[in-house]
Amino acid sequence: MKEKPTFLQPILELRDVHFYYGGVHALKGISLALHPGEIVTVIGANGAGKSTTLRLISGLLKPRSGKVIYSGSDITGLEPEKVAALGISHCPEGRQVFGRLTVIQNLLIGAYLQKNRNEIQRELDRVFDIFPVLKERRRQYAGTLSGGEQEMLALGRALMSRPRLLLLDEPSLGLAPMMVEAIFSTIASINKEGTTILLVEQNASMALEVAHRGYVMETGQVLLEGDSVQLLANDGVKRAYLGG
Amino acid sequence: MAISIPYIIQQVINGLVLGSIYSLVALGFSLIYSILRLINFAHGDIIMVGAFLALFLSSSALPFWAMVILVGLAGCLAGVVLERIAFRPVRTAPQVTGFITSLAVSSFLQNLGILTLTAQPRTLRIPDFLSRITTLGPVGIRNIDLVIPFLAIVFAILLNLFVRGTKMGIAIRATAENLQVARLMGINVNKVIVVTFAIGSALATIAGVMWGGRYGQVDPLMGFIPGLKAFVAAVIGGVGSLPGALLGGYFLGLSEVLFVGLLPPQYSGYRDAFVFGLLLLVLLVRPIGLLGRSVEVEE
Amino acid sequence: MELRPFIDYFSLRRLIYRFVTWMPLRWMTLAMLLLLTGMLALAQAFLNPYYLSIIEFIGIYIILTVSLNLTNGFTGLFSLGHPGFMAIGAYVATLLTFPVARKPLMLPNLPAWLAHIEIPFLPALITGGIAASIAAVVIGFPVLRLRGHYLALATLGFIIIMSNLITNLRDITRGPLGINGIPAATTIWLVFGWAVITVYVCWRILNSSFGRALLAIREDEVAASVMGIHLTKYKLFAFVTGAFFAGIAGGLWAHLVTAITPRTFWVPMAFNLVVMVVIGGSGSITGAIIGAAVMSVLAELLRPIETTLGLYGLIQLITATILIVILIYRPEGIMGHNELNLAALVKVRSFGVSRSPSAPEDAKEGENRRRT
Ligand SMILES: Nc1ncnc2c1ncn2[C@@H]1O[C@H](COP(=O)(O)OP(=O)(O)OP(=O)(O)O)[C@@H](O)[C@H]1O
Ligand SMILES: [Mg+2]
Repeated sequence: MKEKPTFLQPILELRDVHFYYGGVHALKGISLALHPGEIVTVIGANGAGKSTTLRLISGLLKPRSGKVIYSGSDITGLEPEKVAALGISHCPEGRQVFGRLTVIQNLLIGAYLQKNRNEIQRELDRVFDIFPVLKERRRQYAGTLSGGEQEMLALGRALMSRPRLLLLDEPSLGLAPMMVEAIFSTIASINKEGTTILLVEQNASMALEVAHRGYVMETGQVLLEGDSVQLLANDGVKRAYLGG
Repeated sequence: MAISIPYIIQQVINGLVLGSIYSLVALGFSLIYSILRLINFAHGDIIMVGAFLALFLSSSALPFWAMVILVGLAGCLAGVVLERIAFRPVRTAPQVTGFITSLAVSSFLQNLGILTLTAQPRTLRIPDFLSRITTLGPVGIRNIDLVIPFLAIVFAILLNLFVRGTKMGIAIRATAENLQVARLMGINVNKVIVVTFAIGSALATIAGVMWGGRYGQVDPLMGFIPGLKAFVAAVIGGVGSLPGALLGGYFLGLSEVLFVGLLPPQYSGYRDAFVFGLLLLVLLVRPIGLLGRSVEVEE
Repeated sequence: MELRPFIDYFSLRRLIYRFVTWMPLRWMTLAMLLLLTGMLALAQAFLNPYYLSIIEFIGIYIILTVSLNLTNGFTGLFSLGHPGFMAIGAYVATLLTFPVARKPLMLPNLPAWLAHIEIPFLPALITGGIAASIAAVVIGFPVLRLRGHYLALATLGFIIIMSNLITNLRDITRGPLGINGIPAATTIWLVFGWAVITVYVCWRILNSSFGRALLAIREDEVAASVMGIHLTKYKLFAFVTGAFFAGIAGGLWAHLVTAITPRTFWVPMAFNLVVMVVIGGSGSITGAIIGAAVMSVLAELLRPIETTLGLYGLIQLITATILIVILIYRPEGIMGHNELNLAALVKVRSFGVSRSPSAPEDAKEGENRRRT
């Protein structure tokens, strides 16, 4: 059973967050909570506002109203570099590795805030353990990697800062099924080592399989929330997202 | 006109000297552009600031190398101050606003120079060892003409080591490539921008020392046209690309000097038209320049 | 360039329609023109030549800023090229009006056909304007494809090339020495006559379907082209019209100052025009007028200080400082995209594309155009 204790204080909480792109009301009062150690997934169709939600958490965007609470303190509107310093790592949609930097430079930039060289080396070894292919290609420009390798690099880069909370935006996007399996199993094992994960996905069945809980978003609102098991069994979810 | 071998060698050396100066300025231009997408007009006037600093320091007993370092450090400071006062407040404004701001800063620096130092050109003396002539085969070359390209190459190599090998340098490149994601990595963009302004301005002030020393004269408007030409060099090389800036600088310096030196003298007055004609040509035909990566120039 | 919208625009039916619908506006305009005429007459009667010339300069700057605004304010094309077009207008008009008797002294190497030509000021002025617009077609056709600050850079290159050419074509320009002893043919009536024409033409353009297309380009170039607006044609039209008036202003300038050099029409001139447009509010005709007037008056107020104290550079230093402060604290300028309230009756009904120019809307639009 994947059930987690819920009496702990949430590591992350969104309270009634609204956001506008110009005149477009993209988020219409999002509330959600993550507890330490959880994997929580947010699923929903294109344009539901999933990426926007992650950008609001990491500080790339500032909400019009509502609050973002991290470990009990209000981080609403904090600059992204400050959010990163608090231990939140946002792995953005479409990987966005630095194509003109080498693999190893990408990883080192991931650990930008870490001052201790030994720590950096340890993280680097860990990432190379998880993704051996990155070690092989460490001197190669990231722009020359394949899509799957870039995804591993993006994940590895996000791990380099040893985050307490990892925000993943559609890590399976555009990957071959084999690769998707591998990425998801990696995500699960990262979580086992203690990192809380907020996973945005369109691949709802895979996401719900690894996640403890999930939220379903639709046009800027949370439509449904619940345990993965419940959501997997939900008729509406089945019809809309699981192709059944 | 007699075009002899020594004459051509002398012209090529003149071109390399001019190219070295353009390159140093263009490197700073490109560095700042790559982070901010800002065409910084005021960058040329930093050349003037450097030349005047050299003028003031030339009366002191400082050795030449110490003077260059001091001027460079003062250049860092000038860059940081300008960024803080003028450019940071308009950073999120539309692109053209940054451009207009840089025009204003350029006008400000020029007129501050005129106000405090008058528009009269002054003579900058260089140490004797720099004006001495070294004989290389058939030609005699002033030492300064050897020192300028040497220093330019040294600074270009140092800059290259910096952006490839240091944490800050890699952070600068990451920010240039993707500012938003760089911030997600915890990179403080303000700091990156300040560092690029500091480095760029330091290079420009040192170029100013070279210009003043080589051509002997210093005045408040001296930086504008060389600065613009250095930007042309950056565009030719591919704006935002450091190797491009270096290449573009030497390309422009050599072609400008050869245009003047090899064509009949009645054409030499058209030197500026030639350079800016080249700019229009590059913008229209190959806007990404020689080594540029992306086209942001056109609709 | 296709001329259809032109014909449509000037069609009799529309003119009559507009005349009928804007009757009160006509009266208002007439009243304003009478007021202006009266004030100019008073100025001419009572002011000494120095103050009179300041007013004439203000008029010329109004022609320049209002016409520059056609590209920079309304179409969103940031051009610095006006001084280049002024130079063309100034030199062409000067060569045409310069007395034949004195031409051999001033310009001994002039080609024969130019040496024997001398025409009245007004046709010379218009010829200068036309020459400038032809240059604008030649330059604009390739260059207007460029975007944002690259266009600014290219037009700056144009200024430098122009002044370089003028410096070197000594036979007809007398090189860096410039031409002096130009007939002092510019009068306050001519200047403000042209200023009124400039304002009128720009205002009519903006209130036509053509003008709305220009505004659409400013708001969103991609969307405008998707809507079927032929970008090059409209951009070129705005650019060429602006250049015509810049040429006129150049001719007026030459015959007011009676001396021109290549450096008259150089980068500082471009800078000053930009300052006026930005401070007045790029996107507003009255703003451009206000900017021209305010900055000219300010310069004249500071000039005695500059000359008596020997603080040369002071005016430009203060101008640059004001511009930086404005860009930081009020980038939309005095008027933004709005027109002066006093002129509310004279103003175009809607300047924006189906929107009223209200503050929050402006802020939002600014946001959309921001860099990421
Ligand atoms: N930069 C932007 N400017 C304007 N509107 C935007 C911007 N980014 C996103 N939007 C709009 O906001 C809404 C939410 O977008 P968001 O990217 O958050 O969706 P998403 O759920 O991540 O979709 P996808 O699954 O396709 O990634 C969409 O309607 C989108 O069109
Ligand atoms: Mg998304």
